[in-house]
Amino acid sequence: MPRKVVVTGLGATTPIGGNVPELWKNALEGVSGVSKLEEDWVETYDLAVRIAASVSTPASEVLSRVEAKRLDPSGQLSLIAAREAWADAGFSAPNADDAEEVDPTRVATVFGTGIGGAWTLLSGWDTLREKGPRRVMPLTVPMLMPNGNAATVSMELKARRAAITAVSACASGTESFYQGLDLIRLGKADVVIAGGAESANHPINFAAFGAMQALSRRNDEPERASRPYDIDRDGFVMAEGAGAVILESEEHARARGARIYCELAGAGLSADAFHITAPDDAGTGATRAIAEAMESGEFVAEDVIHVNAHATSTPKGDIPEAGAVRNAFGSATDNIPVSATKSMTGHMLGGSGAVEAILAIKALTERTAPCTINLENKDPQIDLDVVTTPRELRKDGGVVVSNSFGFGGHNAVVAFRDY
Amino acid sequence: MASKEEILAGLAEIVNEETGLETEAVQLDKNFTEDLDIDSISMMTIVVNCEEKFEVTIPDEEVKNLKTVQDAVDFIDNAQG
Repeated sequence: MPRKVVVTGLGATTPIGGNVPELWKNALEGVSGVSKLEEDWVETYDLAVRIAASVSTPASEVLSRVEAKRLDPSGQLSLIAAREAWADAGFSAPNADDAEEVDPTRVATVFGTGIGGAWTLLSGWDTLREKGPRRVMPLTVPMLMPNGNAATVSMELKARRAAITAVSACASGTESFYQGLDLIRLGKADVVIAGGAESANHPINFAAFGAMQALSRRNDEPERASRPYDIDRDGFVMAEGAGAVILESEEHARARGARIYCELAGAGLSADAFHITAPDDAGTGATRAIAEAMESGEFVAEDVIHVNAHATSTPKGDIPEAGAVRNAFGSATDNIPVSATKSMTGHMLGGSGAVEAILAIKALTERTAPCTINLENKDPQIDLDVVTTPRELRKDGGVVVSNSFGFGGHNAVVAFRDY
Repeated sequence: MASKEEILAGLAEIVNEETGLETEAVQLDKNFTEDLDIDSISMMTIVVNCEEKFEVTIPDEEVKNLKTVQDAVDFIDNAQG
């Protein structure tokens, strides 16, 4: 009998809140985190995309100067989210070697990123060209490596079982739960810090994602730009952010008297093997990932009380996901309120899955589905019950599901059950 | 040209910027590794920042000989030449 896995701590830093209580409050109030880019490089490069979502509490206000300078911006956000989650779980921080509450060799980190240390790599390249090799920071390599976030969190919390990096573009944050679930279920770890982070609002990404026509160009109305499921959606909005969740074996959590938010019921993964960026039109890959989460979590469509959708606000991406949800849940879909919270946060790439899992967990524990803003005229191809203003959920029981999909055809799904 | 006192003060500021150590902790008899807990990566950043501040060159092979704050101040003082 596999061990039951529970959630005992939450942490996040996002464009609509620098911690989980603030994130949740703003997700219920329908606050947009998107604004105009004020940086000089917007004009310098004459960028077509001039909007983005930055974290509402800058990392420099939370971390010491020295901590910040030794980490890529994505590492800074990872550290902030992980510290909040760890403290929220009731662990003393940092987890010293001699702490009796948890054995460091039984604590693992699984932390994702989509892009890694983009700022560090590109700033280092600028320095090399402008000032020569001797001025390139000696910490450039550890700051840019994609495993940097997992390594930073692992060092901070003395999590010595393993430090694993999930890298599957925008599915990374959700894939972390899949790996974390297995580590605990199979008895390979007692505690896992699972999450994801991204901070890649660098001009190269506005140019590159812009070149793919993936980004919204609603530059004059930043707060209305991210509009999943709306007929006038024109692309996603680049965002930064991080989420971290403390997963724990039920046995371990109960033995230390921890507050338990919910059960991590199941998770699913699949690969489209179809197109490097486009989702398979029929959403069959996504359907298989949801089906695996249902099998792994031993629940049926009628148990599902809420879905936090991937729904990035691209014309092409939103439709196959809606189809996949319907394929997986059948006629029960009619009774499942769906929220597209990227309408508020923008798309935090490798951080989005972790933050959206947290929003799904809050929806479950607070019995309320958060907003989808900017949905004025629903695309008729979206056959889902989309929540535009906070909606009360069924009083007890139930399962919530969060979907994430990434370039490369990566599909990841996570499901949490009432505990 | 900076005096030895000015070099010490400037070095202390650079160490503070890199490590967060109080400038008062950076005293001539302190060993960078054992007393100030500065690792080799931070040391390289400190060296490069000293080169820029004092307009000197500190060859990579020389860095291992700069064990104490005194060693660094003396080297920079001589290099200013």
